[in-house]
Amino acid sequence: MNKYAWVALIIIGLLAPFVVYPVIMMKLLCFALFACAFNLLLGYTGLLSFGHAAFFGGASYITGYLVKNSGLTPELGILGGTLFAAFLGYLVGSLAIRRQGIYFAMVTLALAQIVYFVALKAPFTGGEDGLQGIPRGKLFGLIDLGHVSIVGGSPLGLNLYYFVFVMFCLGFWIIYRTINSPFGQVLKAIRENEPRAVSLGYKVERFKLIAFVISAALAGMAGSMKSLVFQLASLTDVSWHTSGEVVLMTLLGGVGTVLGPLAGAFTVITLQSELSSAGSWITVIIGSIFVICVLLFRRGFIGELGRLLKRSL
Amino acid sequence: MDITFQMVMSQVMLGLNNGVFYAILSLGLAVIFGLLNIVNFAHGALYMLGAYVALLGFTSLGPLIGMPDFHLNYWAALIVAPLVVGALGIVIERTMLRRLYRFDHLYGLLLTFGLALIIQGIFTNFFNVSGDPYDAKPEILNGVVNLGFMMFPKYRLWVIGVSLLVCFGTWYVIERTKLGSYLRAGTENPELVKAFGVNVPLMITLTYGYGVALAAFAGVLAAPIYSVSPVMGSEMIITVFAVVVIGGMGSIMGSIVTGLLLGMVEGFTKVVYAPASSTVIFLIMVLVLLVKPAGLFGKES
Repeated sequence: MNKYAWVALIIIGLLAPFVVYPVIMMKLLCFALFACAFNLLLGYTGLLSFGHAAFFGGASYITGYLVKNSGLTPELGILGGTLFAAFLGYLVGSLAIRRQGIYFAMVTLALAQIVYFVALKAPFTGGEDGLQGIPRGKLFGLIDLGHVSIVGGSPLGLNLYYFVFVMFCLGFWIIYRTINSPFGQVLKAIRENEPRAVSLGYKVERFKLIAFVISAALAGMAGSMKSLVFQLASLTDVSWHTSGEVVLMTLLGGVGTVLGPLAGAFTVITLQSELSSAGSWITVIIGSIFVICVLLFRRGFIGELGRLLKRSL
Repeated sequence: MDITFQMVMSQVMLGLNNGVFYAILSLGLAVIFGLLNIVNFAHGALYMLGAYVALLGFTSLGPLIGMPDFHLNYWAALIVAPLVVGALGIVIERTMLRRLYRFDHLYGLLLTFGLALIIQGIFTNFFNVSGDPYDAKPEILNGVVNLGFMMFPKYRLWVIGVSLLVCFGTWYVIERTKLGSYLRAGTENPELVKAFGVNVPLMITLTYGYGVALAAFAGVLAAPIYSVSPVMGSEMIITVFAVVVIGGMGSIMGSIVTGLLLGMVEGFTKVVYAPASSTVIFLIMVLVLLVKPAGLFGKES
């Protein structure tokens, strides 16, 4: 990816709310960040977590609670959610890295289920209803994120959009820097050949755990923003469906590519909003995409494109 | 509230009833994993499918084939549902899973996850998520038996008995017969077994078929106890995954024993501290990961 491509992407991101309905665009950015964070684990460390919804949804509850019940400003709410996700990531990660491969996926799924039960039963989560009517609040106590500007006769929540966009760019940049750092090189070495990385003297467990915590924290950041965008933290966010969805986004776009999760999140979110009338057939469609993707193009859109262009995207 | 012996025993027996389902399902997962190296995420969905074959065979099959008086009875369903689901499993293995053996094992998990979503989605579309009752329980299994310390429903006793029979029968075939020795050899080194003239691909296909047929069998057994619903499988599969992590998939007997024990522990928790009963298996999993990461019956790699 050269400089111009990045600049073009940022300009698209800045202009997008005037073309696409901002809420859809913000949902897209949240899930894209979630998928990118997930990809740091699956794509660059080779760890398949089937419980990432725990971090996404868990942080979304914490942010919702902090902003709604404790009256914190949105940036502190997001910080709280992200820190919570990082801490949860540390707990889950330390347990899960004790097992490899397929067991790792099952352990993360089962641990995420504990978080789901807590979200269902805990006194402050609102049970089946979730946390509703979370206020968007004033950023740093100054900028009203609920503010709606009238552009060309239609109301647009631009303040919130640009806040989410900046946060997304920050998260994406952290992931990009991580992948391209010496630390990221070690992660790739672990993915390619773990025994070799061990024999080279790397403390593999520690690298895996740090990657897990970064991934969980950023997934949490995505979830925190989601709770401000939709003003809702619900059981869906912590359910295994959401964990599966983020796997699909990453797989569809291209595991281990920088832009893949973006493309995958874009496709899945668009599908969902276009097919929202299809009701539960959407699950069938999502499942079918999974099957087709695994059978026919395991590299994903961006992975296949990269292969055609003979460069890594 | 005092905890009496009766209360503990009755919950433990009911727990054992859940435990046999965990045992059959984790046994199926272990058999499939042994030979195919795939964790079958669709196991829960196929368990649900087994229950629906029984339900629909009883309520809708007759009218569908123009014989409104025909009902597939419970005993027939116990045979038919595993055959139908087993056949579906064979088709899945032949057309899809087969293409993935060369790749990372994770793709098998992802593919079967997709299949689980498809099956569950189809049934959610046509049936009530809160479930439909299955009223075909045979006359002879109605009523209760006096166990001395409690009155226990006959049907549940039958479920426990027949499940244990199927579990230990499977264990016997795999560990003590010639057919089983091919299977175990295939698990250790498929290439070598192939060189001896054993049709390994066929063996793999039939193993997958048998594994999912077990799930369907459990589904039919469960149908008269729980209401038959599209989400019964997904609720089950995550718990069974935890059971499998606790027991380790390396040993057939290990997965049976772990399933039974955890069911009883779950029942026991219901007496001692009811709110924890839905999470106790997951908490035990955490404990096992801390103390013996390879699982109770697993080998350290």
